[in-house]
Amino acid sequence: MTDAPLLDVENLWVKFRTRTGVFDAVRGISFTLGKERLGIVGESGSGKSMTGRAVLRLIRPPGMIEADKLDVHGEDILSLPEKRMRQLRGGRVSMIMQDPKFSLNPVMTVGQQLVEALRAHEKTSRSDARQRALEVLEEVAIRDPERVYDLYPHEVSGGMGQRIMIAMMLLPNPEILIADEPTSALDVSVQLQVLDIIDKLVRDRGMGLMFISHDLNLVAKFCDRIIIMYAGRIVETCKASELRNARHPYTLGLLNSVPDLEHPRDHLEVLKRDPAWREAPSVSARQ
Amino acid sequence: MSTSQGLRDWLLSEEPTSRRQARFASWYKGWLTLRSNRLTMFGLYVLAFLILCAIFAPVLASHDPFAQDLGQRLLAPGENGHLFGTDSLGRDIYSRLLYGARISIYIVLLVVMVAPLVGLIVGTVSGYAGGWIDVLLMRITDIFLAFPRLILALAFVAALGAGIENAVLAISLTAWPPYARIARAETLTIRNSDYIHAIKLQGAGAFRIVTKHIWPLCISSLVIRVTLDMAGIILTAAGLGFLGLGAQPPSPEWGAMISEGRKYILDYWWVATIPGIAIFAISLAFNLLGDGLRDVLDPKEDNS
Amino acid sequence: MSAVTVNDLNVWFGVGADRSYAVQNVTFDVDDGESFGLVGESGSGKSTILRAIAGLVPTWSGEMTVAGETLGPKRSKSFYSKVQMVFQDPYASLHPRQTVDRVLSEAMGLHGVENIDTRIGQLLDDVGLGPGFRFRYPHQLSGGQRQRVAIARALACDPSILLLDEPTSALDVSVQAEILNLLVDLRREHKLTYIMVSHDLGVVGHLCERIGVMKDGRFEEVLSVEAMRRSEAQSPYTKHLLESSINSIR
Repeated sequence: MTDAPLLDVENLWVKFRTRTGVFDAVRGISFTLGKERLGIVGESGSGKSMTGRAVLRLIRPPGMIEADKLDVHGEDILSLPEKRMRQLRGGRVSMIMQDPKFSLNPVMTVGQQLVEALRAHEKTSRSDARQRALEVLEEVAIRDPERVYDLYPHEVSGGMGQRIMIAMMLLPNPEILIADEPTSALDVSVQLQVLDIIDKLVRDRGMGLMFISHDLNLVAKFCDRIIIMYAGRIVETCKASELRNARHPYTLGLLNSVPDLEHPRDHLEVLKRDPAWREAPSVSARQ
Repeated sequence: MSTSQGLRDWLLSEEPTSRRQARFASWYKGWLTLRSNRLTMFGLYVLAFLILCAIFAPVLASHDPFAQDLGQRLLAPGENGHLFGTDSLGRDIYSRLLYGARISIYIVLLVVMVAPLVGLIVGTVSGYAGGWIDVLLMRITDIFLAFPRLILALAFVAALGAGIENAVLAISLTAWPPYARIARAETLTIRNSDYIHAIKLQGAGAFRIVTKHIWPLCISSLVIRVTLDMAGIILTAAGLGFLGLGAQPPSPEWGAMISEGRKYILDYWWVATIPGIAIFAISLAFNLLGDGLRDVLDPKEDNS
Repeated sequence: MSAVTVNDLNVWFGVGADRSYAVQNVTFDVDDGESFGLVGESGSGKSTILRAIAGLVPTWSGEMTVAGETLGPKRSKSFYSKVQMVFQDPYASLHPRQTVDRVLSEAMGLHGVENIDTRIGQLLDDVGLGPGFRFRYPHQLSGGQRQRVAIARALACDPSILLLDEPTSALDVSVQAEILNLLVDLRREHKLTYIMVSHDLGVVGHLCERIGVMKDGRFEEVLSVEAMRRSEAQSPYTKHLLESSINSIR
């Protein structure tokens, strides 16, 4: 990649102060994100979600973010004032959360929320905003945007809700999209549909996508590049197409522990955790 | 030194080896959380101090709390060996305050034993049983809630006759409905949780489920609410005393003392003010304690 | 002999005009020692069937026979010593204020098991937890360990039928593998019959021999896992499910 990365992270730490000392959720990881689809995979507690939140500075005290470098398009995030940060969030960097049920406001119609999201970042007239909202709903494959526009969040299904969330995040034309387990609350068949939409949008608009998930197979199919995290560190990084050549025992363990309908086994492989993985230095995923 | 370290390790062990150790360990961890909150500890110290005062009142008192000495009436604090002065009948306010602490704590203990218990039973039964039992019990609760508390207590005392026991009864009768409400709300969320389903599937009956599985989870929120309400209970008791419907003269109940001092408040401020400060102190102490207990007992606590 | 027979089961929620059916005209039977899977999307009624069998949903009609006992509106005590259930979310299925010891000893006490002390040790061994876990509270356990405790509780009275309601969907894949292996081993050792609900065809395929595919409260089709592997599914919905589930990279 020749042009500067959209996101440049070097030696990122996320720390939490607890009664028994400092707990490090993310321990010195480095990666870059260009106009690509970057998957971050790990088990619960591996620090993958914390990484996503740290990029938006969404870690609340007592959590602390430390990094040698945390640049969004050349702008140092850690030193930005909160006001500028708010413009950045949802403006140039957007985030899709796991469950649409909790991220949509239950007392506002879908349309109102879309218009509000748009007008928070741009000065547009109401009718113009409405037009844009309807367009973006259509873009996320909602067949009848006029009808959905006037619905309340509880009146739409989970898959539809997640598509509306995606629409809302796309309105201000972000450069970076962070998707934190965007499909794990959805049914399998809806999952693929939502992924297709994200995929198409990322390609068409040339965005950078950070796709956070626990599902290695899903990420391998969907992303260009994969980062595998364990205990707050990156243990391995590779091109998605080369995942089958992965060498780290943790990656292999994750791949082999998934039950596979087509290849039945009597016993699934069980991951044997080596304490040395925890201490091994983080692999850099900078490009 | 080494034994106390050993005890600490035993208590904080991640792998307790007996029922007793597990229970003590969870208490100890709660205590550690409580101790880390400075305001709560302050409240606890104030309460401990007041309780010690009540227990050792005969030792600490400088005068007989009931002895009248009209020659020494309305002395200012510090005069003639009366630490907090004397009241209109020449009784030593300091000694009366100490004995009054006994009455206040007695009232609080009685109310605490009655009201939350009634509330807990009514609330959990109503929440767990549902149906017409729920409707009936909750409407009764609503009726009690609809009356202003002090007025209802007044009516009870008027009907039952004045006196501390009747005041306690009246306060308890008016104090239980909020507890029933809380207990019911908690029960409704607990009732549908998987661990209740699981114990149902083991064949446990309703009585066992309510007393052994739902109560322990409701009690924590009730305890928090009770400590926060304690101030209100003391104030209601003082209010009844003030209106002459609680403790009867010459008993040194704090509310009654304020009531007596009312007539002299402009010229002899200490007669009413000093018992007022005592009520304020005990109310504040309970409030601070309640706040801290919330952190310890909240069932949504996490292990992080 | 069938362990479980369900004939024309309907389950509904709400009363009067609000009545909506979660399960409609469902019929299936599960042989002794068999493992039967129920697959479908959220809201398809698959968990509701388990809850109806367990007696957690009172509003149902139809015929259910479990271990030779025809079920009425109330479950008998002996029913609970034959049928037990493992729930989906291990974080919600253990009482937050009770130690592992308390959970297990109460379950055993209710079933009149003798030698509770030694049995608890055995049970913890069976589910792969050492004696060190016996006096821990749920918040001192990880998700996988909690699910092991939940399985131990279900096994406390030596049941012959286990109802598994998405027992691994809240767990990481590596932990899921451990729990699935455990379930396979337990089934072999204790000769258990399983009815398992899952949205994950891979998981069901690993543990079950026959699968009922559900959609909107009805059975779309019942077929063996073998047939499913050979892509012999008849209904278009099953085919669609299969297509979206096969996402292996190997």
